[in-house]
Amino acid sequence: MPDSPAALLELRKISKTFPGVKALQDVRLSARAGHVHALMGENGAGKSTLMKVLSGAYMPDPGAEILIDGKPVHIDGPLAAKNLGVSVIYQELSLAPNLTVAENIYMGRPLRRGGLVDRAGMAKACEATLQRLGADFVAATRVATLSIAQRQLVEIARAVHFDCRILVMDEPTTPLSTHETDRLFALIRRLRDEGLAILYISHRMDEIDELADEVTVLRDGTYVGTLDRAELSRDKLVKMMVGRDLSGFYRKEHHGQHTGAKALTVRGLSDGRRVHGCSFELHSGEVLGLAGLVGAGRTELARLIFGADPRTGGEVSLNGAGAVLNIHKPIDAIRSGILYLTEDRKGQGLFLDLSVRDNINVMVCPRDANAGGVMDGKRAAQRARDAISQLSIRVASARVNVGSLSGGNQQKVLLARLLELAPRVLILDEPTRGVDIGAKSEIYRLIDELARRGVAVLVISSELAEVVGICDRVIVMREGHLVGEVGGGSGQAITQENSVALATGAVPTHTPTLH
Amino acid sequence: MNKQASPAITATENPALPSALRGATGKEIIRALGMLPVLVLLCIGFSFSSDNFFSLQNLSIMTQQASINIVLAAGMTFVILTGGIDLSVGSILAASAVVAMLVSNFPQFGMLGIGAGLACGLLFGLINGVLIAFVKLPPFIVTLGSLTAVRGIARLIGNDTTVFNPQLPFAFIGNGEVLGIPWLVIIAFAVVALSWFILRRTVLGLNIYSVGGNPEAARLAGIKVWAVLLFVYCTSGLLSGLGGVMASARLYAANGLQLGASYELDAIAAVILGGTSFVGGTGSILGTLIGALIIAVLTNGLILMGVSDIWQYIVKGLVIIGAVALDRYRRKDSART
Repeated sequence: MPDSPAALLELRKISKTFPGVKALQDVRLSARAGHVHALMGENGAGKSTLMKVLSGAYMPDPGAEILIDGKPVHIDGPLAAKNLGVSVIYQELSLAPNLTVAENIYMGRPLRRGGLVDRAGMAKACEATLQRLGADFVAATRVATLSIAQRQLVEIARAVHFDCRILVMDEPTTPLSTHETDRLFALIRRLRDEGLAILYISHRMDEIDELADEVTVLRDGTYVGTLDRAELSRDKLVKMMVGRDLSGFYRKEHHGQHTGAKALTVRGLSDGRRVHGCSFELHSGEVLGLAGLVGAGRTELARLIFGADPRTGGEVSLNGAGAVLNIHKPIDAIRSGILYLTEDRKGQGLFLDLSVRDNINVMVCPRDANAGGVMDGKRAAQRARDAISQLSIRVASARVNVGSLSGGNQQKVLLARLLELAPRVLILDEPTRGVDIGAKSEIYRLIDELARRGVAVLVISSELAEVVGICDRVIVMREGHLVGEVGGGSGQAITQENSVALATGAVPTHTPTLH
Repeated sequence: MNKQASPAITATENPALPSALRGATGKEIIRALGMLPVLVLLCIGFSFSSDNFFSLQNLSIMTQQASINIVLAAGMTFVILTGGIDLSVGSILAASAVVAMLVSNFPQFGMLGIGAGLACGLLFGLINGVLIAFVKLPPFIVTLGSLTAVRGIARLIGNDTTVFNPQLPFAFIGNGEVLGIPWLVIIAFAVVALSWFILRRTVLGLNIYSVGGNPEAARLAGIKVWAVLLFVYCTSGLLSGLGGVMASARLYAANGLQLGASYELDAIAAVILGGTSFVGGTGSILGTLIGALIIAVLTNGLILMGVSDIWQYIVKGLVIIGAVALDRYRRKDSART
């Protein structure tokens, strides 16, 4: 572990206890100026807690040592942290959309002129910073009109404008397109070269490969180790994060039946805006990947099939020669045995205030209910218990509110809800987004098992390694059209390169990271 | 803000920490008790300030006065659980009461006045429901409109006078007793029991909570959102109609202008005091019952103490604010309104 005296930031003996739980136990971290230091770990490992201690949002337990430039400092609040040059950019950006860029940058400490806020002065002062970062908007722009990538830039500008020396970024690429991610990385490298220490929290191996000079891994609130770039390997990292060997991470024991029975046939599906004349076939027992860049229209296509959005043309039928289905709303698709796992589990999938048990049973309880609509409580409880054990959902009881679960467990609850209906066709939209490594492998195992039992599975995923790992066949979408296929009977092997080539419409000179 | 699970839940998920589990259950108990401690405290307080408070006669009066609000608040609970609101319950109560009286004055109809009152309430609830579920207008605006319009209709039907019926066949509802328990109270508790059953034990109940918690997720889960919304507003209308029957039975009369004025405020207060969230998705009918009882105890206790009308309003308003503030403070970790 690098312990050179040139370390800009040193965290030692950091522990944090909340009532009933020790979130951090004797953690250490050492970040050097001009380096990108990645922080990895499963959900619940303590990464965000550690960063909150650094940013002054949390007070660590007594005995903690924080050194900046080799001198011990005491961070007793967010302002103290900012004054010491520490800036944190959270995933949910903390900007006020109704204010301008300049007002946001100066939030809490506006420039004054004669007792009044000096808006002109602030705007002028920010312009230099914005230009330095390569922004394509001016300081007087209202944040509400900016895209997520641009808003992120505002946050970075805010940090950099006040001479931040330690920049912490928490999963910044989740909402970004490939292009925006590339620009962000270029910016991060520039800031790093200017001498900032950058702490980068991420789940994504590809990003770590591209950016990190060092990687620290946390597990269950403890420090596991730090790897230098030269020693980095995926297997090592996974092993450190999970504590067990996850070889066979991408399970594929079923035999992809791309020549088997047709479960779903889609012909000429369009919505007149984002999806244009898409046609494909899905077979029983097959895991079909739907790849493409963010914005290609994959979710829109899935929602059309499911009846969640109105279509302007095309048809969907089951079992090859089966009659065309009349799907106008979700309940129609559900009745036909087609189920859809939304990519936005919190906003469009789960009922966060309801219990795990209610969330699992909400779609299946009408089947169990008696004629008067009275629910069968015992069956519901049993279903919840079985689902929790079969999917390894980590929760104390089925009565816990689902809103308090981690991302991976929430995703499993949503999956359990769908599986209670024994679907014939299962459309999974980004099933492992925001899910920790352990839960990811369990979800892959589940998909494999479903395929083995003859379910037709369509997986939409932006994580190419995942697509390559678990799919039998991959169809690729670009700008609303299905442009090609790899794997299956197409003659081409499923590789990241092949998928990318189709998705971007060109043969790339390097393999960009697709998110 | 980040998306890591809060630490307290890590503890609950870790079976090796029994103390954390105990802590979580304790919190659950406190949350479940809700406003009950407040009600108990108020009762104790008033029993000291007035000897009559716990007399059987006073308890009977108090619960009778509360019963109409309990019925209205039950309907309001359904509506607020879906994230909506029904401001028209007082007006619907008045219109239904007038209709019930008018019908009862026909010798061949008599008891059918009850049915007429209920039907009237159901009809207005249906209109609200259709506008909200199908035309997709905001509940606040729709029921604000019906509040005004239905009040006018109530006055119109009754010719802007008080409709009497000294030989009211169903007067026993408002004045009679069964085994010492007033009919009003029996009806109120029956409504609460039925509401509890629907909300907790039926698929429809779960759908109501789902629609209130996340309407888009409910739609994607195949729940007929329009049907749920239609049901809750019809229920609120029907129960307002029942309230109208109960009120007019008590008075042997109904006046379209005055009856039920501001009743919606007490109903909403009872629901919110009871812990139901304004944005929908969480809450319970038992909480509403306790909320309504708190309001009834407050009103009754203050009258017994001889506090003037004006001060009653002020105290009641402050108690509502204070009780809700206390509740939010106790439920700090759930940041919903």
